[in-house]
Amino acid sequence: MMALSKKMLEQEPSEIEMLLPWHAAGTLNARDARRVEEALANDPELARQYAAVRGEYEETIHLNESLGAPSARAMQKLFAAIDAEPARATGSLPLSARIATFFASLSPRALAWSASLGAIALLLQAGIIGAVLMKTQTATFQTASLSTGAPITRELGAAAPSRALVRFTPEARVADVTALLDSYQASIIGDAKGGMFRLQFDKAMSQDELTALLGRMQREKFVNLAVAAP
Amino acid sequence: MSVTQAATDEVLIARIAQGDRLAMQVLYGRHHVRVYRFGLRLVRDEQTAEDLISEVFLDVWRQAGKFEGRSAVSTWLLAITRFKALSALRRRKDFELDDEAANAIEDSSDDPETVVQKKDTSEALRECLTGLSPDHREIVDLVYYHEKSVEEVAEIVGIPENTVKTRLFYARKKLAELLKAAGIERGWP
Repeated sequence: MMALSKKMLEQEPSEIEMLLPWHAAGTLNARDARRVEEALANDPELARQYAAVRGEYEETIHLNESLGAPSARAMQKLFAAIDAEPARATGSLPLSARIATFFASLSPRALAWSASLGAIALLLQAGIIGAVLMKTQTATFQTASLSTGAPITRELGAAAPSRALVRFTPEARVADVTALLDSYQASIIGDAKGGMFRLQFDKAMSQDELTALLGRMQREKFVNLAVAAP
Repeated sequence: MSVTQAATDEVLIARIAQGDRLAMQVLYGRHHVRVYRFGLRLVRDEQTAEDLISEVFLDVWRQAGKFEGRSAVSTWLLAITRFKALSALRRRKDFELDDEAANAIEDSSDDPETVVQKKDTSEALRECLTGLSPDHREIVDLVYYHEKSVEEVAEIVGIPENTVKTRLFYARKKLAELLKAAGIERGWP
């Protein structure tokens, strides 16, 4: 550690020696401050140098503080110059400035209430979605049963979007389900018996297409079962 | 929104960009003394230093819309002040920014014998701080009085960070030499 301080002026200063003034001013980051503290604790010569730095620091502040303050003339001159400036077009501020201005305009109390309300809304939303998932996923495994009331003839006219029944794994989170639905361009249109969700795709598919798609879906990490809906 | 003391410098700058005079007054109130002192230490003339303040804050009024917030507002102000001070010094016929001029400035302070007669280490230290070259004086002030980090000093002065560190080290060495010549030993170097 003794090597950290240099006795002779001809020698190149060490990194720690060069950081001493910033340590005295308290403007070092935590890592460098710790390095300097450790070096000071182990190197008496460096500690002596630091004492000199502290003296320079204090006297520099004293010297600057003794310089006084400018007269009111400077401010008068400034605002006279500002008055003489051409009127400023009140263009819109950059987004970052608008956000900063908006939050700065809120009182601390308003800001605290806004944050609290936002947090409550998030909790409520998460709670509702979570409750639905928990309720449906605690059921034992069941296959979807064919509805006996379903028509046995196909509808004529424009083909209806394809539908499916899907059961998600118990560990599936809301974000996982949402991502899966997005990737298959499907949406949940209701929950069915046995923890199955009724899904509707955004287009009509042939039987083969739907079978292939459901086969792929069945292999997804968060899907237990995917079958065509009646 | 009313401009309150709680508004950050960045918010004030955003409002100044919209032409808010009140925000300008608040920013001026916060920073004009430090700007003045930094300028005064560079130009060494109170009248010129006062003129500098008006010029610096008028630049802020004009350029506020271009402030990107990549550095602290105080750092931006000191960088403008330094630029304006150097311009003012260049305009002065009796000043040239070279070592000869720096030496001439050093000569204007008390010689070591005078300093030692004051028998007051603190006062002698302040005298020696005044006797440093402009480059050394500037960096000592920025680090000790304006409490600027290595990165901020590099930005204000326009030199690499390593140069900031070595320049301050050699400013301190010069200070030690001046003190030693005045018969004052501080235990370093």
